[in-house]
Amino acid sequence: MFWAQLINGLTLGSTYALIALGYTMVYGIIQLINFAHGEIYMFGAFVGLYLVTAAGVNIFIALLGAMLFCMLLGIVVEKVAYRPLRGKSSRLSALISAIGVSIFLSTLMALLRGTNTTRYPEIITRHTYHLGSVDVSSLQIIILVVSALLMLGLQLMIQKTRIGKAMRACSEDLDASYLMGINVNRIISFTFAIGSALAAAGGVMVGLYYNAVWPYMGTMAGLKAFAAAVLGGIGSVPGAMVGGLSLGVMEILGVAYLSSSYKDAIAFAVLILVLIVRPQGIMGKKISKKV
Amino acid sequence: MDAFLTQYIDAYYLRILVLIGINLILALGLNLTTGVTGQLSMGHAGFMSIGAYTAAIMSVHLGVPFWIALLGGASMAALFGFIIGIPTLRLEGDYLAMVTIGFAEIIRVFFLNFEPGGKAVGFSGIPASTTFSTVWILVIVVIFLNARLLNSRTGRALYAIREDEIAAESAGINTTRLKVLAFTLGAFLGGLGGGLYAHYMSYINPQDFGFMKSIEILNMVVLGGMGSIPGTAIGTVILTLAPELLRVVADYRLLFYGALLVILMIFRPNGLLGDVRVYDIKKRLGRKEVKSCQS
Amino acid sequence: MSILTMKKITQEFGGLRALHDVDLQVGEKQIFGIIGPNGAGKTTLFNLVTGMYVPTAGELLFKGQRLNQMPPYNIARLGIGRTFQNIRLFDKLSVIDNVKVGSYAVTRTGFIQNMLGLPRSRREEHWMAENAHELLQMMGLEDKKDEYAASLAYGEQRRLEIARALALKPALLLLDEPAAGMTPAEKEELMVLIRKIREEMSLTILLVEHDMNLVMNICDKIAVLNYGRKIAEGSPDEVKNNQQVIQSYLGVGA
Repeated sequence: MFWAQLINGLTLGSTYALIALGYTMVYGIIQLINFAHGEIYMFGAFVGLYLVTAAGVNIFIALLGAMLFCMLLGIVVEKVAYRPLRGKSSRLSALISAIGVSIFLSTLMALLRGTNTTRYPEIITRHTYHLGSVDVSSLQIIILVVSALLMLGLQLMIQKTRIGKAMRACSEDLDASYLMGINVNRIISFTFAIGSALAAAGGVMVGLYYNAVWPYMGTMAGLKAFAAAVLGGIGSVPGAMVGGLSLGVMEILGVAYLSSSYKDAIAFAVLILVLIVRPQGIMGKKISKKV
Repeated sequence: MDAFLTQYIDAYYLRILVLIGINLILALGLNLTTGVTGQLSMGHAGFMSIGAYTAAIMSVHLGVPFWIALLGGASMAALFGFIIGIPTLRLEGDYLAMVTIGFAEIIRVFFLNFEPGGKAVGFSGIPASTTFSTVWILVIVVIFLNARLLNSRTGRALYAIREDEIAAESAGINTTRLKVLAFTLGAFLGGLGGGLYAHYMSYINPQDFGFMKSIEILNMVVLGGMGSIPGTAIGTVILTLAPELLRVVADYRLLFYGALLVILMIFRPNGLLGDVRVYDIKKRLGRKEVKSCQS
Repeated sequence: MSILTMKKITQEFGGLRALHDVDLQVGEKQIFGIIGPNGAGKTTLFNLVTGMYVPTAGELLFKGQRLNQMPPYNIARLGIGRTFQNIRLFDKLSVIDNVKVGSYAVTRTGFIQNMLGLPRSRREEHWMAENAHELLQMMGLEDKKDEYAASLAYGEQRRLEIARALALKPALLLLDEPAAGMTPAEKEELMVLIRKIREEMSLTILLVEHDMNLVMNICDKIAVLNYGRKIAEGSPDEVKNNQQVIQSYLGVGA
């Protein structure tokens, strides 16, 4: 029973991790809590749905399509709503702008598709595999594998490529990177693009897993993924992965062993505890202030 | 008084005025915490709901008179503000915001499971004791006390914390203590607004106090210009009226609201009034007087 | 009588030792200068005195009272005021409000008294306003009292910071590179101002500075730091001619 719940938790956690990565990368580079990120995730789910149903495409192509669409969406959002505010005004204005985008996008989808839940078709035939005493579904395996591949790919890109190095430089010191000749605007756009693509993947997989999508699914998932990013250490990429997985597991186990009606509160209780006890999260570094 | 007024003013406009009043109290509370002291609180609706449910329960289940219920609700909210404030106010800006979001969500889930509050079905049958005069008398008192506070030693210290905490400490200000104070006072007003709200709508529901509500109030504080009472007032009036005015475009209402926020932030990131404070307006009026004397 | 005493003060940050066994005694009404190359530990020393850091080892005494582990706001209330290397004004407050905030440490009315406008609160307000006016006049900023602090010229901002620090009626005033970024003319004015403050307000001044002309001219006593250690101490003439100081910092022909 426990192992089954653990697998459930890891599956859910993988989706949280994919969304959390976007939050953490954006925060790491421009110190913005991108409240609109949850809506990108939601758009990913819907685009994937559309591609599968209306365009009749294979699920993996749909996944790629959703990721591509959201990459563009993320880039556009950054350019329109965040870039004009960069460096000029308080962080609060950027935050409010992000909230504005979030409201805009969720309302847009609600207008396009209605506020009701749409079912995701059964695309992947569910086989159940038996590993010892535990049942694992093929869907869970796919989600875990795809997520793992994406996260691995991200880590490799960040650590081994030139653009990854530029990303790391920018998140350390944006001004210095600029002075070093790095095209900071391009790197920021790129960061948004990657984060959005991952969130889109998360959206498609959640749609498949829970068989449901609705325009406001981004809000709660966004807040929870954000909690996951903080748990792992906001600004840290491995942190977001660890945080997302941990949160998923904690939520599922919490529901199984404690209470199901407080499910949503678990993420936030964890968030508050982490911030009080260890604000830099599991993998974050403590930054002391210079006087 | 209300009966008197309804003879001259349409009930619909009266309702809007009451809502503006309630929102003003909520916004002035958040203004103290976020606008003046610079502690970003994105969970103000949490205090509102504590105030609302506490006051409602006191009225309905305990038969307590209206004003006492209001006080009870506000005090309960203040208590929570105090308890939460102490461990969290030493956190940096963004982290504090995160905690407040988390706190408000936990409160919401709590009330969804809270038997005496009616859980998800909500709490109905609350006596409609809030009248136009109730609200606006309180608004005037709150504005008056606020203005006094902000122009005093304590108020200046709060502003100083927002501007530069380190410099504030070097001037002898116990920043943690004052941050908790601002947070608690803000929570008190949030609870007061909540109690008034509950006794106006006669029905409350945990969904009324979700994240969006916190954001709405935050926008009221930010829109007009943080830290100033006239700024908060303007922001509140505009953002309370906006949904009503936007009713014309009905379904597209929120679309406009979202876009409006983005546009406003891009063009007026410091709010419509920037940082105008009462003495700025007086100074400008003063100048005009001098000019007319000279001619 | 020593107003500020440091006994074997050591300050470590992680693996870095910023100050090592520093002994210092600042006498009453002295103008005491601390000089040394960048990174020598001068600002760390200041931050220690004002309570920003807790000394890793050693004792910090102000008028005989131990300052170790005391929070900055308490230290300010004891009568130590400071200015900052990178100006830290309350930008969006008016000039006069900046100074009034400075007197927070020496006033007592609480928020309830403030809100209700009780007589005690009003009297304190009156006192704070008078105090602020006097200080602004001394600094030549009286005519700009209602301007936003951020709108002041650089030199004026520095003077405003000093006014704010003086508002708490300190017995000890810490000036962190007060002449930084000033023109020679402004520096002359600053020297006159510092002497004037010491006389009229009967206080002790501890300052960190890079401008040798200023330091040699107004300081009664100077201590030299290098790599976290005190390498010399004495009158300006003594320090000027100290071999070690010349080698590590001043250079020949200073």
